[in-house]
Amino acid sequence: MRLKFSEADEKFRAEIAAWLKENLGGEFEKIRFRGGPGDEHMYSSERLAWEKKLAEGGWTCIGWPLEAGGRGASIEQQVIFHEEYARAGGPGRMGHIGEGLAGPTINAFGTEEQKKKYLPAIVSGSELWCQGYSEPSAGSDMANVKTKAVWDESLADGAGRWKISGQKVWTSLAHEADWCFVIARSEPESKRHKGLGFFLVKMDQPGVEVRPIEQLTGTSEFNEVFFDDAVAEDIIGAPGEGWKVAMALLGFERGVSTLGQQMLFQNELSQIIAIAKENGASRDPVLRQRIAEAHTGLRLMRYNAMRMLSDTSGDSVDKSVLVYKLHWASWHRNLGKLAMDVLGPESEICEQAPYDLTRLQSMYLFTRSDTIYGGTNQIQRNIIAERGLGMPREAKG
Amino acid sequence: MEFVFTEEQEMIRESAAGFLSDVSNSEAIRTAMVTESGYDADLWQRICAEMYWQAIHIPEEYGGMGLGYVELAALLEQMGKHLLCSPYFSTVCLGVNAILIAGTEQQKQQWLPKIAEKGLTATLAYTGTNGRWDASAVEATYTANDKGYILNGRLRFVPDGHTAELLVVAARVEGSSGEEGISLFVLPSNTSGISRQWLATMDQTRKQAEIVLSDVVLSADAVMENAEKAWPQLATIIQLAQVSIAAEQLGGAEQALDMAVAYTQEREQFGRTIASYQAIKHKAADMLLKVEVSRSAVYYAACVAQECLAEDGDKEFAAELMEASSMAKAYCSDTFFFNAGTSIQLFGGVGFTWEYDCHLYFKRAKSTETFLGNSSYHRELIAACLLD
Ligand SMILES: Cc1cc2nc3c(=O)[nH]c(=O)nc-3n(C[C@H](O)[C@H](O)[C@H](O)COP(=O)(O)OP(=O)(O)OC[C@H]3O[C@@H](n4cnc5c(N)ncnc54)[C@H](O)[C@@H]3O)c2cc1C
Repeated sequence: MRLKFSEADEKFRAEIAAWLKENLGGEFEKIRFRGGPGDEHMYSSERLAWEKKLAEGGWTCIGWPLEAGGRGASIEQQVIFHEEYARAGGPGRMGHIGEGLAGPTINAFGTEEQKKKYLPAIVSGSELWCQGYSEPSAGSDMANVKTKAVWDESLADGAGRWKISGQKVWTSLAHEADWCFVIARSEPESKRHKGLGFFLVKMDQPGVEVRPIEQLTGTSEFNEVFFDDAVAEDIIGAPGEGWKVAMALLGFERGVSTLGQQMLFQNELSQIIAIAKENGASRDPVLRQRIAEAHTGLRLMRYNAMRMLSDTSGDSVDKSVLVYKLHWASWHRNLGKLAMDVLGPESEICEQAPYDLTRLQSMYLFTRSDTIYGGTNQIQRNIIAERGLGMPREAKG
Repeated sequence: MEFVFTEEQEMIRESAAGFLSDVSNSEAIRTAMVTESGYDADLWQRICAEMYWQAIHIPEEYGGMGLGYVELAALLEQMGKHLLCSPYFSTVCLGVNAILIAGTEQQKQQWLPKIAEKGLTATLAYTGTNGRWDASAVEATYTANDKGYILNGRLRFVPDGHTAELLVVAARVEGSSGEEGISLFVLPSNTSGISRQWLATMDQTRKQAEIVLSDVVLSADAVMENAEKAWPQLATIIQLAQVSIAAEQLGGAEQALDMAVAYTQEREQFGRTIASYQAIKHKAADMLLKVEVSRSAVYYAACVAQECLAEDGDKEFAAELMEASSMAKAYCSDTFFFNAGTSIQLFGGVGFTWEYDCHLYFKRAKSTETFLGNSSYHRELIAACLLD
């Protein structure tokens, strides 16, 4: 076991830290520590400009291979990048769905032509993506997708295109995105995970309508998306193989960005500790226990991630990977409550009338979604028991 | 960054798992645990002669294998998993560590080879009767004269204190308090003036004793490094022990889970295995999460402990020992208790019998949770660093 970064990696750390110090100021000062889960609705035009700035510096998609436009950075370097980015207060990335999900999927399953068409705009920060998986009747049960795709030969000057009809829901950032990747049924009458396709749909067209959904925070970062004969520009993988592609994409979801996420959590915890010292909550023996528990949980989350990222066996059922989402989501939900309890009566008071929440209030409320999106805690437990412990699979209706 | 076992560490783990499933099965545990010594002397000799585990992290210059704390933790995890009844923890994780951390060169040369080569057993006695685990636990006293020292006092909760052949004893200058005035002494347990009494315990797999010191006369060479100011050494020894216990707890928690999963896969009710009920699956998933997070806690702390013991260890990293050992002890104590308790629940009525092994783990969980401070105690230590 070796827990230290190499000298070359530390040099890389100094490089990114210096770049951030030089560039994340001036017009971007006000978006430091802004955006991200719970704060996604803030400063979108400034954050879009920031995406381009990052791209100019060559700091987008660093983990992608060189031929895809990335830096081919090692896992260690990606970890370092995410750590330094969060430490410097780098704003919540608007391009993360393209960089973390759409891009790697297109790179793994797309044709050369598709790669050329979509990847450069993700790297340059000029096109944003959103994820169209969930539907009103396909939540945890994602295979219950009803959205349809029909081949229309007359489109694109006789080259033919798929046409998409149906409804997606909870689509984060759909109101900002240029593209959506959509799972839809390409074979009529097909059931469950068979007969699906993975489609790339341009958002700016008559057949696509985005309606924001107001969240319990009073703000909205997710949407309903209605497709009415919307034209899909492309399909990734063969028709009928959508499930395979969609699942592989979820595999890209976890990974190196988790250490950056932890740095954000550390920023929140440090803020809570500072408040506790200031308002005297630090003398309450029960809160002391809870703060120590939060600190311990976060450190252990880091060590868990270090194990997960060093696992070179590539074994996707590695147990440290299986438990990761359930651990962080539950931990963060507890942190939200801890923040309110440390604040005491002040926790109720908003930033401004009528309903402008403080950062910690938003964080607290938003943590209630951590245990829902990306596989609920219950679904996580099913997966852990079935794949990690070999217990019987759930009966399917 | 490589936070996984090396091939060699994996081999150590596997050979320990194989050996222990042979020699420390339920029958062997039950035979050993009802004796006063609490272990099978022949098995201890086999461990020392064939496996050489007692020597694992003793440096080669003192006759040991010179391996690290990660290797030791890998062994302890397996011992915890198989509930090995032996003086291993007291000898290696208390005795050897105490001599490594606080021994003079002469004491190291005198005692470490005897442990490595002959399987001499040892333990640490520092807690008096007040039930605390910090510096204030040291209640025995000593006076110095020109020939040496005279020790008096009552030490309680001493692991294997009635059988260990070598004792490391903490005592304080009469009238001193807190972290002041503490010295460590190393002495054979048959030194005159020492009386030792086995204390029957709820967890029968781990023995404890009370030791009474009545005018125990020691020569000057019995005192260890930093006389009168040895609290930092003692604190390090205790922290290393916390890492060791946490490693055993990890193994125990893992076994409680494995036993429960195996049982629920067989047991049928309402026409299906009880493992197919989601209420059962979700409990098992929670147990696995705790085991995996515990594993990260234990092996991180073991890496820190390694830096602490190695002569050329990374000082900055070694300075994390206090935090890493308390986090591991707090988290693994809770994990083991949760898993052992939940396993009784998942077994149902048979889990409540003497015949099934669930209670052995449940009791070990509690005794290891209490020893060296429970999770609230350790969280308060962490809170003090963060908040005061
Ligand atoms: C903030 C936020 C952002 C999101 N962003 C996106 C996005 O960008 N794109 C996208 O496609 N989706 C997105 N989602 C949707 C998210 O993935 C779903 O909400 C999630 O998968 C759960 O589906 P559901 O809401 O339909 O709940 P349901 O599946 O109806 O679940 C309701 C309850 O039933 C439980 N449950 C369901 N099935 C089982 C079972 N088999 N066993 C035990 N319990 C079960 C669940 O755990 C939950 O407690 C987002 C959600 C949120 C909250």
